[in-house]
This record gives sequence, C-alpha cells and structure tokens, in this order.
Amino acid sequence: MSAAGVDSAPFVRLTAVTKRFGRAPPALDGIEGIVRGGRITGLVGPDGAGKTTLIRLMTGLMLPDEGTVEVLGYDTRRQPAAIQAAVGYMPQRFGLYEDLSVQENLELYADLRGLAKGERDRTFAELLQFTDLARFTTRLAGKLSGGMKQKLGLACALLRKPQLLLLDEPGVGVDPISRRDLWRMVENLTEEGIGVIWSTAYLEEAEACDHVFLLNQGRLLFSGPPREMTARVEDRVFRLSGTDGRRRHRLARLLEREGVVDGVIQGEAIRLVMKPGVTPPLGEDESVASSRTAATPPRFEDAFIDMLGGGPGGRSKLAETQRSFAVGDGKPVIEARGLTKRFGDFTAAADITFDIPRGEIFGLLGPNGAGKSTTFKMLCGLLKPSAGEGRVAGFDLRRDAPEARNRLGYMAQKFSLYGDLSVIQNLNFFAGVYGLSGITKRERIELMKEIFDFRPILDLSAKDLPLGLKQRLALACAVLHEPEVLFLDEPTSGVDPITRREFWTHINGLVEKGVTVLVTTHFMDEAEYCDRISLIYRGRSIALGSPDEMKSRIVREDLPDPTMEDAFIALIGASEAEEAA
Amino acid sequence: MRAKAWSDRGRVGGRRRFVALMRKESYQILRDPSSILIAFVLPMILLFLFGYGVSLDTTRTRISLVVEEETPLTRDLAASFTASRYFAVTQGRDRREFDDDLALGRVRGIVVVPATFAADHAAARHPAVQVIVDGSEPNTASFVQNYAQAAAANWERQRSSEGKARPPAIAVEQRFWFNPQLTSRNFLVPGSIAIVMTLVGTLLTSLVVAREWERGTMEAMMATPVTAAELLTGKLLPYFILGLASMTLCVLLAVFLFGVPFRGSVTALYVLSASFLMPALGQGLLISAATKNQFLASQLALISGFLPSFLLSGFLFEINSMPTVIQWITYVVPARYLIPSLQTVFLAGDIWPMFGRAIAVMLAIGSIFFLLAARSTRKRIG
Repeated sequence: MSAAGVDSAPFVRLTAVTKRFGRAPPALDGIEGIVRGGRITGLVGPDGAGKTTLIRLMTGLMLPDEGTVEVLGYDTRRQPAAIQAAVGYMPQRFGLYEDLSVQENLELYADLRGLAKGERDRTFAELLQFTDLARFTTRLAGKLSGGMKQKLGLACALLRKPQLLLLDEPGVGVDPISRRDLWRMVENLTEEGIGVIWSTAYLEEAEACDHVFLLNQGRLLFSGPPREMTARVEDRVFRLSGTDGRRRHRLARLLEREGVVDGVIQGEAIRLVMKPGVTPPLGEDESVASSRTAATPPRFEDAFIDMLGGGPGGRSKLAETQRSFAVGDGKPVIEARGLTKRFGDFTAAADITFDIPRGEIFGLLGPNGAGKSTTFKMLCGLLKPSAGEGRVAGFDLRRDAPEARNRLGYMAQKFSLYGDLSVIQNLNFFAGVYGLSGITKRERIELMKEIFDFRPILDLSAKDLPLGLKQRLALACAVLHEPEVLFLDEPTSGVDPITRREFWTHINGLVEKGVTVLVTTHFMDEAEYCDRISLIYRGRSIALGSPDEMKSRIVREDLPDPTMEDAFIALIGASEAEEAA
Repeated sequence: MRAKAWSDRGRVGGRRRFVALMRKESYQILRDPSSILIAFVLPMILLFLFGYGVSLDTTRTRISLVVEEETPLTRDLAASFTASRYFAVTQGRDRREFDDDLALGRVRGIVVVPATFAADHAAARHPAVQVIVDGSEPNTASFVQNYAQAAAANWERQRSSEGKARPPAIAVEQRFWFNPQLTSRNFLVPGSIAIVMTLVGTLLTSLVVAREWERGTMEAMMATPVTAAELLTGKLLPYFILGLASMTLCVLLAVFLFGVPFRGSVTALYVLSASFLMPALGQGLLISAATKNQFLASQLALISGFLPSFLLSGFLFEINSMPTVIQWITYVVPARYLIPSLQTVFLAGDIWPMFGRAIAVMLAIGSIFFLLAARSTRKRIG
C-alpha cells in the first residue's frame, strides 16, 4: 500500500448517509466513512445489508435521503456527470450486452467513456491480455462462462483508466480460479493508485482487503483493516479434533455451554470461539477421550459473530421433535450411477457417480454453471438423464413419483416460496402439497410456528420478509412432512452468519436423527459442514471425499493448512493437467 | 477550469457516444430474432390476415330461393338472385324443403317468391317477396335482408330501363352497407399499417428498454459519461428507422400483392408515418421507464397501445357509432388520426389540410409522452 494513498485526499467521503425505500427500515442508516485510493476497500455484509445501495450512491445514480456522498471531490447531488466520467463501475450482472461480441462490448464502452481513437488499440490489447480474453474477441458475451463475463465486465469498467473502480459482488458464483485471477488483477490496479471498492457477501474475501466496511441491516458495524476486526477474537479461537465422528452431537452440546460464543463444523473438527478468558471445555467432556484442542488463527467470520453477540445455541427444536430413521441397513439412500445430461452438443453433467448412506450430509461443490443443479434435478426426477440413473430412498423418482417424492424435502435455490402468499398461507399450501391433512397438518404447522418463531409474522407476505426469515420459512416448508431425505440447493449463500448458524444447527440435528442431506453450494465454508463432497467442475466430478481428505491431498510445506478453496483450485489444476496429458 | 474541460469533452464525445449507442442497438436488432419477428414477420401475418382472411364484404352468402309458381317473370327474378355475386342460391318450390337448412345454419336465409307474385306484379299491386332469416345471427340476417332487397330493386330497375315503363312496383328501400365498387381490403390494409407501426413503436420499444433494465445494462450505461438525452435518442432512432422499414414493407405488399391503389405521394406517406411513430415510440419509452420489467411492459403496451389502435381508431369500428364517452377517449389514440389519413393517401390522394391537422395532433400527443418519459428516465435509478 503506497503511503501517498493514505495521505492524499479521500476518494470517497460518506457523511451521515441515510437511504430509505418505502416504509421499510432504512436500507442505509447514518453511514460515515472514508475510502482512500491505492487500496482495496471491502464492502462486506450479507445480502440486504445495503452494499449495492451504497455503491449506487457512489456512482451518483441514486441520491441519499440524508447526508452527503462526495466522490473524488465532487458531490453526487450536484456533479454526477463529473463523477461518472472518472469512475469505473461494474454492476452485479456485469452490465454486458449479451448479443454483442467481446470486441463490440469493448468498443461500445470505449466510445461511451470517450477513449481516444489513438489509444484504443493499445488499451484493448492490454486489457485483453490482462483478462486473458484475447482468444475470444469474436465470441458473443452471452456465450462466455461466468468467470469470463466477469473479466470482460472488469475490462469494460477499466477502459480510460478510472480513478475509482466500483465492483458490485464481482465474486458471486464465479469459479474460485477466476475469482483469484480477478483479485490479482485488481491488486495490480491499486499499485497504480486506483481506489477499488469490492463488495462481497463472502466473509473470507473480507480478510484479503486492505480496509473493510462491515454492513449489517443498513448499519455500519465496523470500519478498519480486517486484522483489527479479527484482533477482537485473537486467542479465543480453537480447533477440536479427534471427535470420533460424533462431532455434530458434540458441537450441539458445546454450543449450549456458557463461555462458547460460536462453533461450526470444519471437516472432521469443530471450530470454537470462546468468551475472553475461557478455555475450551475439553476436560469436562467425558465422552470423547481422544479429543485434542489447538488454538487456531481467527477469521473474519468469527469476529463478525462475536460482534453480533454470538451465535445461536446448539439445540434444534426441529430435530428434537422429528422422528428418527434407523441408520441400520447400510444401503445407500441416494445413489447416482453415471448420471449424464446433454443439452444439444453441450454436456452439462458427465458420468456423475456417488452413494450417500443414511444420516450423511453430502455436498456438491462447484461454481455456477458447473453442473450441480443439473445433477440435482436429475436426482429429483425433474430432469431426464441422457444416460445413467439416480435413485432416492430406493426409488427412481422419474417413475415412482409421487410416493417417493413424499419422502423428500426440497429447498430450491432462491427460496421456493410464494412471495404473494403470507407466511401462514405458505405453510398451509406446502402442507397440502405434501399430503398432510387434519390433525397431523395442524400439529405440524403449530410446531413450525413454535420452532421458528413465526407467530408475530404470520400474516406478512413472504416477499416482504428479510432474507433470514425467508430462509427459515423455506426450511420450515421443506420439512413439514418429516422427509427422510433433504435436498438443499444453495441454502445459505448470502444469508447473514447468525441465520446460517441456526440453519445448520437444524440440519445437523436432523442428520443426527438419520435424515440424509444432499446440498449444492458454491460456498467453500458450507462445504466444510459436509461429511463428504464431490467437486463439480465443467460438468464432471473431479474429486470425491471428505473435506479433510481433499485438503490433506494438497498439503505442501508452504501450505500447511490449506483452505477448501485452496484445495478446489489445486484439484482443478490437477484435473486439467491430467486432461491435457 | 475542470468543469470546462468536462463540457468540451462532452461535446466532442457526444457524437461518438451517440454513434456507438446507435451501432450497438442496430447489432442487437439484427441479432435478436424477436425484434425481426415483431418488426417484419408479425406485420406480414397481420397484413395477410387483413388482406385475405378478414373481409367485411359479404360474398356468396348461401340462401335458398323458393319460387312457388314458375312464370317467365318469376324465373327472371330468380335469375337475378342466382346471378348476384352476393348469393350462392339453392332453388326449390316449397319453403318447407328449406326449413331445416335454415335451422341448422346450412343456409343463411330463405327468399320466397310467392305464387301471387306474377299476378300482383301484372296488376301493379305492390308484389311482395318474403325474406326469412335467422334472427339469432343478427348481422348475417341484416346482410341477407339488405342484399335481397337490393337484388330485387336492381331487377325492378333493370326491367324499367328495358323500356317496359312501369311505376316502380316492388316496395324496397335501397341501402348498401358497403360500396360495391370498393372492397373492404382497400380500407383494411392501409389501416393495418398503423397497427403494425404501433407494434414496432410501442411494443418492441417498451420491450427492449425494459430488457436493459432487467439485465442491468441500463445501470452500467448510466454510470458512464453518456447523457440521458443521448441514451434516449440512441435507443429510439434505430426503432424509428425500423418502424419506417416495417411500414415500407407493408406498403409494398399492399400495393403489389393486394393491389390496393396508391393515389397519394410517397412524401405524404412518410411524413404521416414519421409523425405517428413519435407518439408510438414515446408511449413505448414511457411504459418501459415506468415498469422496468419486460412482462409488465408487454402487457401494458398491448392494452394501452395495440388494442386502442385496433378498436378505438376507427379501423374496425366506426367511431361515430361509439358511446360518447368512448368517442372522447378516441381523441387521444394517435392511430385515430393516422388511419383516415393513410386511407386517404392510398385511396384518394394527398389532402394536405387533413394531413396537417392529423400530423399536428400526433406530434402533440408524442411530445406529451416524451416529456413524461424524460421525467422518469433521468439518470437515476431509484
């Protein structure tokens, strides 16, 4: 980070910025802050925290209701044109014209940004090389992969080198390699003194930023370097290993203890955040003799949870009231045998094979467009495989529906709720769909109201609920009929970490009762909650095993404790090398 | 000083930005099959529908003719029915033969020449011809009734002109619903050109602008130095040209395929069409700016643009016969001004005083739409 960047005038100055939409609580509430050049400033927070609104305020496309936004010395109210001439902006969907080729998109933005004709060829060549898109200049933007679109979006925002670059969730759903490439590119830009704002819901991205604004429900929780944030939980984070496969049960008990702030499953181990001065209660736990505890470096998420007052407890009332499924017979509950799906000459999923025994959480991990959802839909019977077969609880769901489907709970991506129905109407509807009636139906719905605390919000429309509540309602609707198999499609991406903890507490509890769970995610952290995962990349499963196995495969001297993302990137590299050989 | 530098750059860059936007839009039009569909295929379907399928003329309505007593006179009258281009005639001697046919809808009416006809005619006692029609289909019934009367009247007139001077004897009131010389196609085809331009101007435009909002490209555009005016004109000009191209295609089809006469000037045609595209495009723009959603935009465009052009413009239904309140509404439907003018260009020729009024009103409605649209499309997104 250059010293000049710190001393010079701020690139963005936010003074008591408040923005409201309708009668809802303010989207942004009294935000104060300064963004400087020459570094990456992270705008971090769950969906609905106010990140996009804040970025739009900085572009001058939206005005604050109260307070002022000053960008590069210009007020967004009075001089938006001057700001728009000096700022590069990549909105969430990259702002590309899908009917236009890579070259045509570049030319369009070059003209709009007034890039001089003479500079054009050189700039294009530079940017195409920078983004590694030179081979694809004639390809239509709509036909690019997610990662390539994102790079092209970045290139378009970088024409006529901006002083300030605003990137709205550039990393969402993109494969980890592209994400890492992009990060590196952006870092290079900061060396030239450009200010970069990178908004993200991935808390691990926050750790890599030079400065972070942490937003939650429209409020600024923290502003400063990320290590200042993690410092608050320094020496309070521990890893418990050797839990003998009973880690979920153990975690649930630990979370109920006084002194435990937060805890999550991390592969075979448990990650715990303790209150200051409290040591992990290892000696007290008689059931596991072989446990080992080790201090571990804190993460941004640990600090976020701590700042929010700690995670929820470990008890799941949902799981406690759920009937058990005997783990006994050892036969797999979900089977995929060479599942293949072709759309024309495009193979969305090729030869996907796995078995999931009862009471296991199995994850399909991969970037958007890798083939996770396709595999998922073939197993659910929503899509006919081109080859291979899938069975759930012994049924081929294409043929044996609907009896088989009644054993299955499905929570689709983006929450499969009816937005115009109220909470209670959604519950009634899904109970009806799953064939519940009479006393059972009433009892189950009463139970859901109780467990998820729906009583105060029964008559609100689902679409007006905050994301966390929507997610709870979606889970409640998926488990109303006590399914023995749960399919979760990207269940918690973008959700605030407290709600995410609560969600996984329920899932862990259900799994303890013998429910089998299949989850798709592009969220590396979420993969760690699984017993086993399959890495899906470009339609193929490139690795299958427990998260710890995957990580241990790539341990090197310079990388003693790799993350799931490191593992993913290394395994993709290995599989590509194999393919090339 | 800095501000001045910006404004200078703005002026030089403005033209380039505008050209870039135009080029982008043209590429999109050419590559997006749906715009080609709406601009060229749909108009052709509409035109064929109105050129061939829909006709307000009654040609060859099936009727039965009952001649109760054959005389040279009645045979002559029967021949004039059989020869009529409006009727396909089945002849018989007794009405009861045809009762079932009428009930089952196999014929639309029965014309009875009674046994007393010849005698009454000879005695100049106002001979009567009975027309029996199916009252459950009032439109067809009145067609049959009127054409039967007309046929009888013609016959009478012919007989008189052949020198057998007699007072007009058969009690008929001559009333043609359609001028037999002009087929309705000649009215419908020019009218449907207005409908086609509504499709391109309002529906297509509202769709493509709403699509930019949906895909987030509008937001990316707005964050560049482009001005709102450049953005709007860069968007509209290509569709203005597309609208005129689509109109040209329709006119060529109308004249060369359907043989609709074209008696006015090409200038008048283009001036009128261009004036009409102003309110059509303005409306499309307003709709998309207000909805920012393709589905809503298409519904609104159909209901507020397409249907009024169809129903409230005098294209299919006579405005004078509408209820007064509806007649007031028709005054803000731009197609109401274009359609009679276009029909005039095709069938009569240039009548500039009439065109001038129409053009003035269309431009006035257009500027109101544009003002409203510009207000909601400032460079702000929320």
